[in-house]
Amino acid sequence: MGSLITDSSQAAMGAVAQPVRIQFTYWQGVGRRLTRDPISMVCASILVLLVLAAVFAPLIAPMDPYKSSIFNRLKPFGTPGHLLGTDELGRDMLSRLIYGGRISLVMGLLPITVATFCGSILGIVAGFFGGKTNMVIMRITDVFFAFPSVLLAVGIAGALGAGPVNVLVSLSLVFTPPITRVAEAATTQIRNQDFIEAARATGASAPRIIVGHVLTNVTSLILTYASSLIGVSIVLAAGLSFLGLGLAPPTADWGLMLNTLRPSIYLAPVICVTPGILILITSICFNLLSDGLRTSMEVKP
Amino acid sequence: MLWYSLRRIAYILPILFGVSVVCFSLVHLAPGDPMTAVMPEFASAELIAQIKQAYGFDKPLPVQYLYWLQAIVSGDLGTSTTQNRPVLDELIPAIWNTGQLAIFGMLISLAAGIGLGVLAAYTRRLVTDRTITAAAIVGVSVPHYWVGMVLVAVFAVQLGLLPAMGMANTGTGVFGLDDIRFMILPAVTLALIPTGIIARSVRATVLDVRRQEFVQTLQANGLHPRRVFMHVVKNAAPSVLAIMGIQIAHLIGGSILVETVFGWPGTGYLLNTAIATRDLPLLQGTILVLAVFFVLMNFLVDLAQPFLDPRIKRQ
Repeated sequence: MGSLITDSSQAAMGAVAQPVRIQFTYWQGVGRRLTRDPISMVCASILVLLVLAAVFAPLIAPMDPYKSSIFNRLKPFGTPGHLLGTDELGRDMLSRLIYGGRISLVMGLLPITVATFCGSILGIVAGFFGGKTNMVIMRITDVFFAFPSVLLAVGIAGALGAGPVNVLVSLSLVFTPPITRVAEAATTQIRNQDFIEAARATGASAPRIIVGHVLTNVTSLILTYASSLIGVSIVLAAGLSFLGLGLAPPTADWGLMLNTLRPSIYLAPVICVTPGILILITSICFNLLSDGLRTSMEVKP
Repeated sequence: MLWYSLRRIAYILPILFGVSVVCFSLVHLAPGDPMTAVMPEFASAELIAQIKQAYGFDKPLPVQYLYWLQAIVSGDLGTSTTQNRPVLDELIPAIWNTGQLAIFGMLISLAAGIGLGVLAAYTRRLVTDRTITAAAIVGVSVPHYWVGMVLVAVFAVQLGLLPAMGMANTGTGVFGLDDIRFMILPAVTLALIPTGIIARSVRATVLDVRRQEFVQTLQANGLHPRRVFMHVVKNAAPSVLAIMGIQIAHLIGGSILVETVFGWPGTGYLLNTAIATRDLPLLQGTILVLAVFFVLMNFLVDLAQPFLDPRIKRQ
């Protein structure tokens, strides 16, 4: 009995003696862990560079990406004036790659944004209300899961016809079902917990509970999952451009550049595969960053 | 077991229905009238109405859907608007060609994926484990149509070892060394992504199983490592099989882009032609057949699961 008292008093004394520990909010903690992960930071820096290059393309690009020159076709790397050579119409590859990032990044990121928005709404509504609402939404989602993602994207974009808006629509449709499923699972898990019951008991309306209590609890899960899809989206968007379903040629776009350079592969193999390296780097960086985000969000006990 | 199978069948029927609705809507999703492509350029309004009636396009959509479904079930996938041939006649050789490529690619990805995954899980050297994990990440992120181009640039253009495009003696049915030479590059390209994903999941599952207590018990009992390994394989098989089934189906989906790169006359090439010429019945038929295949593939994996893991049946 005596020892117990001294123990607890010692513990109390110890707590007083220790310096006050700064308490972080959850997101601050995640941010700290993420910034301390070297792989995530390298990937983030590369992505920031790519985005900045795309945004400030007119200032950075050494030449006009659309100015062709019949005498300077398919020049190799390191040609004076053309650091990364020239393409099949003699246009500067470096400038085209910098400009190409604009469309390729937007076409990869925008569908995920749209799909996250739509998928979250559908999934949270399905999970929160349950019953028939859930059944209808989730069974429709199941149908879209029956298609391999590439097939669905090509099918919808192919039926709608070529064009950036149609690519956007088809990719958003491809990525909405998986996000809906994750949002639904996360919402179903918390919908019967005590704090939701308490909110209901105080007379809070369904929209209020969703915005105030459900959303705050499922957002992190949905966003981590959505971030893991960005890499796939970039590759798939470039793939649709590669099939000629995106923007029409002269436009600088990584996927489309691969398409138009492909016939020249016997003449200049290195130049022809260069745009793909940027697609690969972007996709790897997004995937690794998303992995890093997931790891730093798992709070270890 | 019978009850389990019946339940799985009851589950896929509504999905097949949904798939058919989506494929049916593809044609109606297209901008403009689905008939504009086949109409004569200066057709009179009367003629247009007549043709519409003949094709049943004047009826309400649900009725059109039922007619369409009836035709599909009896094996009529419509007529290609550019080739003027039944879609089914175009599809059958294409499916056979894609199938050959897919089977070859599948074998490569299974061998490489399982081998690398087990190696990564068993290796004590961090370097090997890290390398395989890194390779798996690249495998998941890589645009495979681009890899196809790189392989062509290296093996066909620079080294001149393998053919860059096409298929050997199409349709003779005799399978020789030449066929395999044409298949190597596209099959390796196709196998790349599934290999990455299978390797990653095999590694995770094997590590998971090895951490379980029964493995330690077996080891403590002095069982030969090879026998212990067999127990690990038996326990890891069900979840690995589930992922493999999905990946094989995705491999066929991914063949759309890869077949375009290699000019392989399969379903992907057919889809590409359909898109380029706006041949909607061909597009619709190809997508329907591939999607139904995808559903059936998943169904078969579900059916096979309880044979490997009796615990699933009881759930």
